[in-house]
Amino acid sequence: MLGYLREDGKKGVRNVILVCYLVECAKFVCEKIVSKFDDDIQLVGLSGCYPNEYTFNILKAITTHQNVGAVLLVSLGCECFDKKALYKAIIKSGREVEILTIQENSGTKQSIKIGSLWVEEAITKIKKVPREDIRVDELVIGTICGGSDGMSGISGNPAVGKAFDRFIEDGARCIFEETGELIGCEHIMANRAVNKKVAKDLLYAVQKAERYYTTMGHGSFSDGNATGGLTTQEEKSMGAYAKSGSSRISGVLKPSLYPKSKGLFLLDVVPDGKELWAFPNPNDTSEIIELIASGAHIVLFVTGRGSVVGSGISPVIKICANPDTYKKLEEDMDINAGKIIKGEATIEDIASEIYDIVLDVCGGKQSKSEILGHREFALGYKYFDNKINCF
Amino acid sequence: MPIVIKLNKNDNVAVSCERLKKGDIVLEKILILQEIDLAHKIAIQKIRCGEKIIKYGVSIGSATKDINEGEHVHTHNIKSDYIKHKIC
Repeated sequence: MLGYLREDGKKGVRNVILVCYLVECAKFVCEKIVSKFDDDIQLVGLSGCYPNEYTFNILKAITTHQNVGAVLLVSLGCECFDKKALYKAIIKSGREVEILTIQENSGTKQSIKIGSLWVEEAITKIKKVPREDIRVDELVIGTICGGSDGMSGISGNPAVGKAFDRFIEDGARCIFEETGELIGCEHIMANRAVNKKVAKDLLYAVQKAERYYTTMGHGSFSDGNATGGLTTQEEKSMGAYAKSGSSRISGVLKPSLYPKSKGLFLLDVVPDGKELWAFPNPNDTSEIIELIASGAHIVLFVTGRGSVVGSGISPVIKICANPDTYKKLEEDMDINAGKIIKGEATIEDIASEIYDIVLDVCGGKQSKSEILGHREFALGYKYFDNKINCF
Repeated sequence: MPIVIKLNKNDNVAVSCERLKKGDIVLEKILILQEIDLAHKIAIQKIRCGEKIIKYGVSIGSATKDINEGEHVHTHNIKSDYIKHKIC
């Protein structure tokens, strides 16, 4: 696989330009700029005007991500976002960057013109980014499940788990989530921790999620789960947990923090402190963005009912757990894990397919969501204490 | 033969991939004792009252009565151990 070597030493599997709005009021100008290009120019940004450490950290991680070659920051001019600090961080990472401030550039039309010219130049500049081999042990791979059904936990998720085991054996960094869906299996999970500190962190993260979701009025186990064949809380959570595989768990990450070592990490997506921030991740895209902000080059998305989302920053690979859904949504699905349900493939067979497609897509082949042009992005407010991580 | 999945080699239950009928044979030798819905669990060996139910290679609860090979495993004959964890 040939990667893109960044000045900070990181290697990407894509070479995208981000056009980033720093408040909703600057989004229109960004959309107009992006619409002028067919190349890998992606729209990202932050809607809210209030300052918030979490959103800053996510945007910093996204704009200095391995897959990003250049960033145009588009500011209205009076928003609270600390654009200078973000600009400095991007400069430090060696990426091409510019700030475009609409209030200082005679408004909409002129800003679109200046922004488009900058992007045109950036396209030429990032073509010169050196290419270098990228090995499996340099990859960061994330996984998420969404639009789940009774099949997800017995076909797609265990297959991703087996693929994760292989990637970790080969030295990659792998990240799974979501703590709210792991309620009930935290004691099982803690037994896989590399040490007592990590075990404590894992228990803390899931117990925090349970407290948070309870306050939000969101129960963990429903009658529908029982009708679908699930009997206990721990069984339900094991379905989601299965995508983590069977490797030792090296640590708990907060969104935007990069895994320090090789191995398997749990992404703790539920805010710290008081339950002030509504539902932690109101949609799958928010979770995909957090995985990417924590360094994921690529995201494995297991779906039973059939999600279609993707990302413009890191390729999303769809693993369809249900054979009927696969038939209906084949155009959107990269892997048919429903073959396990039909008895046409084993979990190991599908794990191998996943392993191979990750290498192909990292090597430049487009995933289905990339071919279709999916480039969803979502970012809301949260609070994380990135220092304290235990009781 | 109808398809069921044993997710881990240590499991004492398997999951049905289609609706099973009484009299079906699964995993070559296990006789299904009653109708079992898609994605529900079947005991693939005799499980005694109090024994752990193993799925994904881990305990997902305990048997509340003796369960025969080929019998449906669900809320009527197993219970969560997680609730106990929470009380302790």
